[in-house]
Amino acid sequence: MLNKIYDWVDERLDITPIWRDIADHEVPEHVNPAHHFSAFVYCFGGLTFFVTVIQILSGMFLTMYYVPDIENAWKSVYYLQNEVAFGEIVRGMHHWGASLVIVMMFLHTLRVFFTGSYKKPRELNWIVGVLIFCVMLGLGFTGYLLPWDMKALFATKVGIQIAASVPFIGELIKILLAGDATIIGAQTLTRFFAIHVFFLPAGLLALLAAHFIMIRRQGISGPL
Amino acid sequence: MHKGKGMKFVGDSRVQEKNNKSVYPPDYSEYPGKTEPFWPDFLLKEWMVGAVFLVGYLILTVAHPSPLEGQADPTNTGYIPMPDWYFLFLYQLLKYEYASGPYNTIGAIVVPAIAIGALMLAPFLDRGPERKPLKRPLPVAFMLLALASMVYLTWESVVNHDWAAAKKQGQIVKEVEIDQEDPGYKVYAKQSCINCHGDKLQGGAGPNLTNTGLSPDEIAKIAHEGKGGMPPGQYKGSDEDLQKLAKFISELKAE
Repeated sequence: MLNKIYDWVDERLDITPIWRDIADHEVPEHVNPAHHFSAFVYCFGGLTFFVTVIQILSGMFLTMYYVPDIENAWKSVYYLQNEVAFGEIVRGMHHWGASLVIVMMFLHTLRVFFTGSYKKPRELNWIVGVLIFCVMLGLGFTGYLLPWDMKALFATKVGIQIAASVPFIGELIKILLAGDATIIGAQTLTRFFAIHVFFLPAGLLALLAAHFIMIRRQGISGPL
Repeated sequence: MHKGKGMKFVGDSRVQEKNNKSVYPPDYSEYPGKTEPFWPDFLLKEWMVGAVFLVGYLILTVAHPSPLEGQADPTNTGYIPMPDWYFLFLYQLLKYEYASGPYNTIGAIVVPAIAIGALMLAPFLDRGPERKPLKRPLPVAFMLLALASMVYLTWESVVNHDWAAAKKQGQIVKEVEIDQEDPGYKVYAKQSCINCHGDKLQGGAGPNLTNTGLSPDEIAKIAHEGKGGMPPGQYKGSDEDLQKLAKFISELKAE
């Protein structure tokens, strides 16, 4: 049955080459932990992506309850945490996933650095990777404000002060982030929400696509 | 004769090379090893690694519920801010004399920009063909130095943070309904208590008086003798009124 559907679609769209590009390739011995246990360091990138997928899924479920408004943001998180079935688990996964994704991404960066895998011809993929790192830090920073609790507000105040100290454009960055020259409040919360769930994830997905296409095009770097 | 699947690649990548004079490392086919198809053999192993990782992740989630502090109160001026742990090294850097105040640009912009810039440009700064860490001592040494600084700064930040105060300042305070007609509240308002502890006993100069967990006798004793920053002899009324006051305060509990 499934084969028939596949053949029906393939006859019209010729999808087999696409499938080959995605899945049909050889994995060399030096990255396979089944052959060399130390090759587990090559798992960090994949695990980063795994946590990223969990972040996207858990985040989608969180927005079913979360209200990006200073009156209700904290209350909606409190409700989600204490009243909603499995709300504590979903929020817990998003909370801990935010830390794990930074840890795994950091380890992945170190693996690529210490194996010298960023060298020619893979310079572009390294740059895209560093951009992904920056986007992830941005997601961490904007997500920290959203529960609208005490630590969120005051950490954001400090963060925006730091952004405002950039020479020449600091004030503009501050107004762009906070929505106002002096107040950290309702506008800031809605902007951080928009940045956290629309702008940065869109950028992240585009960068991840570029990252993966380049890996498939170039293959993984050879053994040392 | 072409190598690999009859093609010549750029270095060890899958991009085909335009001329045949390769100066880059050889491709996979030159390493006699046990290559394995990605689908389905290797993917299954990746899923097993993912499953083990997920178990650890879920244990962390159920063992440590994600924290939620009290609702944001912009009027609170005493709150000591704390970023998430992965920004702690930056937070600590900004506490040092030559990275803060008039030198703020150094700590907030120059140092992070150099770090991110050097990381981003690593392939162009480290251009040699060598990949083994020991054969490119400078890039490796700089990375280890950066790592050590980050670990040190994070450590300094953690040991210098007052975790007990941080826990207390963020606690969720459940609002307790105050019956302003209660005879105890009338004594509270008439005496000087209200000046320091607030009209809803929410605290001010003195601490919050709801959910104290104290017995009426203990409260009466504090009213006479003071406690902490509260001087003795604050209560100047009859013993009968003090009974009402103490009973009123000791019964203020959130459900």
